Amino acid sequence: MVFFAANHLTFTRNYPLINRQTGGCMMLTLRFDENKCLACETRDCLTKCQYLDMDVEEAALEIQNIIQGKDSRVLHECRTCYACEEYCPMGNHPFYLIVSRQEERNIPPLPEPIIQQGVQLGIPFRGEPEISEINGPVLNMGVFSQLSHLAQGKLFDGLTLISTDKRKMHHYFCNLMYLHFARISVINERVPDIIQTIAAHRPTEVVHFHDECYGTYNSYAQAFGIDVPFKSIHLFEHLYNRLVELKEEIRPLGYKVAYQRPCSSRLSPDKHLFVNKIFDLIGVEHVDREYVDENALCCGSTILSQRQKGSRKFCLDLQNKNITDMKKAGAQLCIFNCPACMQTIGKQVAESGIMPIWMSDLCRMAIGEKPA
Amino acid sequence: MDSIYAALMDIVGEDYVSNQTEELFTYSKDLGTSEPQWPDYVAAPKTVEQVSRIVKLANEQKLAVVPLGGGLSLAGLALPLRGGITLDLKRMDQILELNEQSRYIVVEAGISHGKVTAYLHKHAPRLMHSEPGAPAAATIGGNLAIHGQGDLAHPYGFNSDMINGLEVVLPTGEICRFGSCAIGNDWYTLHPLPDLQLFLGWSGCTGIITKVSLRLFPCKKFQEQDLFIVQDENLVPEIIYEMTHIGMAEDIMAISQEIPPPFNRLHCILVNISGDSKEELEFKRQLIFDGKLARYIEDGVGGIGAVGQKIERPQVSKTSDWRKGGGFEYVGSIVPVSYYPECYRRGSEISARHGIPYTVLGRVVGSSHGMMFSWTYAFNRADEETVRHAREALHETDRMVLELGGTLWKPAVFGQKLVMDRMDPNTLQMMKKVKHLLDPNGIMNPGNWEVA
Ligand SMILES: Cc1cc2nc3c(=O)[nH]c(=O)nc-3n(C[C@H](O)[C@H](O)[C@H](O)COP(=O)(O)OP(=O)(O)OC[C@H]3O[C@@H](n4cnc5c(N)ncnc54)[C@H](O)[C@@H]3O)c2cc1C
Repeated sequence: MVFFAANHLTFTRNYPLINRQTGGCMMLTLRFDENKCLACETRDCLTKCQYLDMDVEEAALEIQNIIQGKDSRVLHECRTCYACEEYCPMGNHPFYLIVSRQEERNIPPLPEPIIQQGVQLGIPFRGEPEISEINGPVLNMGVFSQLSHLAQGKLFDGLTLISTDKRKMHHYFCNLMYLHFARISVINERVPDIIQTIAAHRPTEVVHFHDECYGTYNSYAQAFGIDVPFKSIHLFEHLYNRLVELKEEIRPLGYKVAYQRPCSSRLSPDKHLFVNKIFDLIGVEHVDREYVDENALCCGSTILSQRQKGSRKFCLDLQNKNITDMKKAGAQLCIFNCPACMQTIGKQVAESGIMPIWMSDLCRMAIGEKPA
Repeated sequence: MDSIYAALMDIVGEDYVSNQTEELFTYSKDLGTSEPQWPDYVAAPKTVEQVSRIVKLANEQKLAVVPLGGGLSLAGLALPLRGGITLDLKRMDQILELNEQSRYIVVEAGISHGKVTAYLHKHAPRLMHSEPGAPAAATIGGNLAIHGQGDLAHPYGFNSDMINGLEVVLPTGEICRFGSCAIGNDWYTLHPLPDLQLFLGWSGCTGIITKVSLRLFPCKKFQEQDLFIVQDENLVPEIIYEMTHIGMAEDIMAISQEIPPPFNRLHCILVNISGDSKEELEFKRQLIFDGKLARYIEDGVGGIGAVGQKIERPQVSKTSDWRKGGGFEYVGSIVPVSYYPECYRRGSEISARHGIPYTVLGRVVGSSHGMMFSWTYAFNRADEETVRHAREALHETDRMVLELGGTLWKPAVFGQKLVMDRMDPNTLQMMKKVKHLLDPNGIMNPGNWEVA
């Protein structure tokens, strides 16, 4: 059966989410418990930050300022790496709060034209997607239809791909990247409609190709009270489970690898564990380096364009630090899952003599398949 | 047998002449909104002597001769408005000399830009010429005949400023050379002899360019495209001024288009830079982005959209993809860079009036000495109503350019008339005299640049 999604919700040109039936706009608010922050002793969200140099006292003060909607240097200096979502020991949402405040106080991390361009990037403009009911597990390519070719071979058997048409992929775009743009409002306006589009396929479960989609429907949606009517599965969890099923076919690869952890992985730290589980299973050595796991460095994709003085240079130094660290640790391959990371530093990684490769390809190689 | 056909056959050989409807049909059209215009004959000469003989024949028979290169100039400029012979020059595509040390290449004028680029890539990778953003089939001669501009417009100006010598078949059939080659020397300079070349920008009305010595320039090992974005169109001229002061770029273009959405109401300034080492590239980036442009970034009114991208020519032709039917045509103009904001605003108004998503582009020519600004209008070839809208939009734009104080670039006949209406009478008379002196029978591309 084929039908069009989102038949009672629509966006106007300026993106307020209008409910056609009631004519009203949806307001979504962040579920943030400030008492948790008051009870927190470590203030890890800010003290662990790799980009802000802050002690516990200052952090306590700045967190209060942010909670109370006052100005804070954090709002001006945040590199939007998402990591504080992971650092927070209280399960609160410091990063979502920071971004919300940046938007409320109009302290955008990026210049306005870059924000505008980014926001416009997510506008579907080539017609509605044709929705077929799957009634089974799906792999959601999100806004990366052009990477559909990566999802081939035994590891993806049994998954039906959705969002494979790049003309229509914006209907599946989770929009979470607007966290970098201080545009919570845009995410909140668009996400419910995207959820409906995915749900219209009637998936029994949704494996998300990109961490960011997984983070959207698992972390962000919950934080903002957005209902998600489907079960989400992280790609790494899926790959791991399939590899276990195919264990007999695995031939240890024996490479030394580094992993470029994407910002959105901070929204699902419990799934980050699957990186090492996969590496162990397929016999690759995750090299011991400084910028790994919690200390992972941002690829710099949006830092390059940030308003803070010297951001471009800062970004280059950051990338250099990251790649030098991979090299020093003896990595032969650098494993990527995020297309933005791959696009931003993949070439530099290759130029430094380390081969950039997709996680899905690495896993496929382990079972004797050729990388896509 | 038709005697003219027989004479043409005698000159170029049976395989390279036609008066058959199915072949003439192809030559009766161009890509834009122009109505079809049918030639009586098509001939494809191989040598300058053949060109000369055809032109002499045409003079005897008082037949029009219309030179044709790639046929990509879009404004109907190579359509035979008065019938006659369409002279397809694409067989004249030989590379005659490459002089690396003196940085020039001598080619036959029917050679395509794509072929020159491919040749240099293979035989002289450290040299390049200024290739226009047109499809690779665009010819060297056709581009010079309309004063085109290419990848090296910012440092070196118009493509027609980058020549060291010309060979031309005059409308009366004589073969003439200009520059050092005219005195039997190598083709290394156009100056300093008295200025006689009256062929550039004439759309083939004063003669047929048959050979060209093109200047070549250093082609550096690494090349990249960077992108700077602003929302306020008024900032574009000053940003370009800053960039051209630094002088690090090879090409600077500003584009804005309604579709796809990321370009809508934004001004994307594409900056092509090159270097023989990564350090050279980074040095240039520093000067551009960390120097003069830093204040726009910190003020939040301009931002780095991308750095280190593969160079891609802006594909204004893509604009035709957004609408069914694949047609588009643009008005080009040369304006001061300071006109950018007004050109953009007026252009998007015209587009809106005709229900066409707007597409505008400005390319810096020289060190902010001027800008080629174009307005592209898409239409559906199968829908006469959309063709009419595009045509009207083109005409409105022609008028608007002149009202603003701009100069039309490669105008169609409609625009040529507007230009000549405004032209200083003495200049116009001079044009008439030149044309009459060179082409007494009025056979060369008649209907174009025709002074009443
Ligand atoms: C998508 C697109 C992008 C473009 N971008 C650019 C650009 O960036 N820069 C640019 O300059 N142009 C551009 N153009 C315009 C045009 O295609 C080029 O200028 C091209 O070089 C014209 O050459 P041609 O061989 O197609 O000329 P034609 O269209 O064949 O001829 C142009 C005119 O010159 C005359 N002519 C042709 N050959 C000769 C000759 N040997 N001697 C005398 N007269 C002759 C013809 O009669 C005609 O009047 C673009 C066009 C398109 C479709």
